[in-house]
Amino acid sequence: MELTNQQRIELYKQMARIRKFEETVAKLFAEAKIPGFVHVSIGEEAIPVGTCVCLNKGDYVTSTHRGHGHLLAKGGDMRLMMAEIFGKETGYCRGKGGSMHIADLDLGILGANGIVGGGLTIATGAGLSVKMRDIKQVAVCFFGDGASNQGAFHEALNLASIWDLPVIYICENNLYALSTPQSQHQRVHNISDRAVAYGIPGVSVDGNDVIAVYEVVNEAVKRARNGGGPTLIECKTYRHRGHEEGDAELYRTKQEVKQWLEKDPILRFAKDLSGKGILTERTAKEIEKEVDKEVDEAVRFAEESPEPRLELAVEDVYSDIVEEVRR
Amino acid sequence: MRTLTYAEAIREALREEMERDERVFCLGEDIGGKYGGDFGVTGNLWEIFGDERIRNTPISEAAIIGAAVGAAITGMRPVVEIMFSDFITICMDQLVNQAAKNRYMFGGKARIPMTVRTPVGGGLSAAAQHSQTPEAWFTHVPGLKVVMPSTPVDAKGLLKTAIRDDNPVLFFEHKLLYYVKGEVPEELDPIPLGKSGVRREGSDVTVIAISFMVSKALEAAEQLEGEGISVEVIDPRTLYPLDEKAILDSVKRTHKTVIVHEASLRGGFGGELAAIIAEKAFDHLDAPIVRVGGLNVPMPFSPRLEEVVIPQTRDIVKAVKRVME
Repeated sequence: MELTNQQRIELYKQMARIRKFEETVAKLFAEAKIPGFVHVSIGEEAIPVGTCVCLNKGDYVTSTHRGHGHLLAKGGDMRLMMAEIFGKETGYCRGKGGSMHIADLDLGILGANGIVGGGLTIATGAGLSVKMRDIKQVAVCFFGDGASNQGAFHEALNLASIWDLPVIYICENNLYALSTPQSQHQRVHNISDRAVAYGIPGVSVDGNDVIAVYEVVNEAVKRARNGGGPTLIECKTYRHRGHEEGDAELYRTKQEVKQWLEKDPILRFAKDLSGKGILTERTAKEIEKEVDKEVDEAVRFAEESPEPRLELAVEDVYSDIVEEVRR
Repeated sequence: MRTLTYAEAIREALREEMERDERVFCLGEDIGGKYGGDFGVTGNLWEIFGDERIRNTPISEAAIIGAAVGAAITGMRPVVEIMFSDFITICMDQLVNQAAKNRYMFGGKARIPMTVRTPVGGGLSAAAQHSQTPEAWFTHVPGLKVVMPSTPVDAKGLLKTAIRDDNPVLFFEHKLLYYVKGEVPEELDPIPLGKSGVRREGSDVTVIAISFMVSKALEAAEQLEGEGISVEVIDPRTLYPLDEKAILDSVKRTHKTVIVHEASLRGGFGGELAAIIAEKAFDHLDAPIVRVGGLNVPMPFSPRLEEVVIPQTRDIVKAVKRVME
């Protein structure tokens, strides 16, 4: 299916939303307005956007510690996300999850995950559930190059392959497992080569090309929906910023970063679209204005939201038991 | 009344719950086909429900539990069998970081209705990696429920409840109980979690015993009766939620307590029980609480050594006499 011009503009807008959201989060974190740790995916936006355009609302997604883009692309509410990142009661998780644990089960988002590779087996189980309920949904598992070395990677892909589960494993290879370069953490160059070990299709794609990501994922999603089983997709990309905000990034050269900045997926797509006359300067400006407004409103919502009530500390552990708050 | 073995009672609970609710299914290593589980617990269920609902898995504990979490959070009710509880170490992330915490981390929006059945205990010369009794690892994790039945009827009634629970439940079955018979009525209501059972009434000492140790505590009580000591034996049945009230009520009547579990004493659940009693019934105690637990060593292979490591009836008798002094 060829994307229409309108759809292409929408992809651009989605990437711009993620970019602006995360730039703002990084800025607020630097201003000490956000507690904890923040991992932004700036530079990797083409992957969630190129993927989620292939998904329906009911399709499942497992995300990672670098998950803002996945959540936004799958339809997450920016205000609830920002409030959660601020640790407020109005946030997605009532202030108990934070950036690394945002979930929206109504949108099929089974959670960002603080454990590297934590989503691999969960997405596999969601795929099993879909298959057993005989519904035409799929599960997408986002994970990084670092997670591809977890034992759970092998167990999950093996299980999905023998049971023909409708799961698309999308590796966002940003070339670093925290500070360790890919060349030092695995011998293979293309992580998709590992698909051979499970007898499933494996594809590597330029993860900074949103259309290329879309095409590869779309094919895998169609296959999965029609009972064709899982696919392993590697999207090669790069994070423009450190592992977490505040990372001094001593493990990579400025020159390397600069080279990748030139391959910025958003600038590149904008250039492509405007070259083809699809994205006019006026539309780009409108999108910018719209995105700025959405992010500003999200920040205002988060800032104006109340701190969580203390009782919340003991709620939600079990569905049926709440212990007393110690005072 | 008819009798069933503990394994048969568990199988019957599985069958009834699978018939009652099509979202319930079993997955685990070698539970299906003609094998029917390493201890034969799933038995013929595969013939009734087939490959789809009695799912044989590869030897991949992390994927088994992780897949159960993913299936549970999306509306299924998986019942996992981990062949030996020792193998839970391989899926600790999926249990402790994912199953136990997802609901809380997601602000209460997730339900994780999954049950993990797994055999515990020594006594079979299975040595250090097939004999552990690891309940204390899991009572320490908020978000998990922990069930340890000691009779066939409890095994059936509690498993039915565990499967219907909307939270992850660890269901520890004792290997030496699998072939023990007991009365199980044809019609049995689910037994609620958090209700202990008084196995024997007595007035001099409260013995709180867990899982297989209940039978040894009863043997000890029998012996002690001959010596004029009246022992009350309480089986908590579920460690979380815990029936604190029944335990404290008994202690307040007898004023003396012995706690018995097979797991290594150090860091065992007996410490938690002792702390609860000390905090909430200290003034009622006439003697220090005595704990009887496994020696603080890995389980040895030799039957002779294993017998030394696992608490025996004589150890319980001795402990009761100590608190009676």
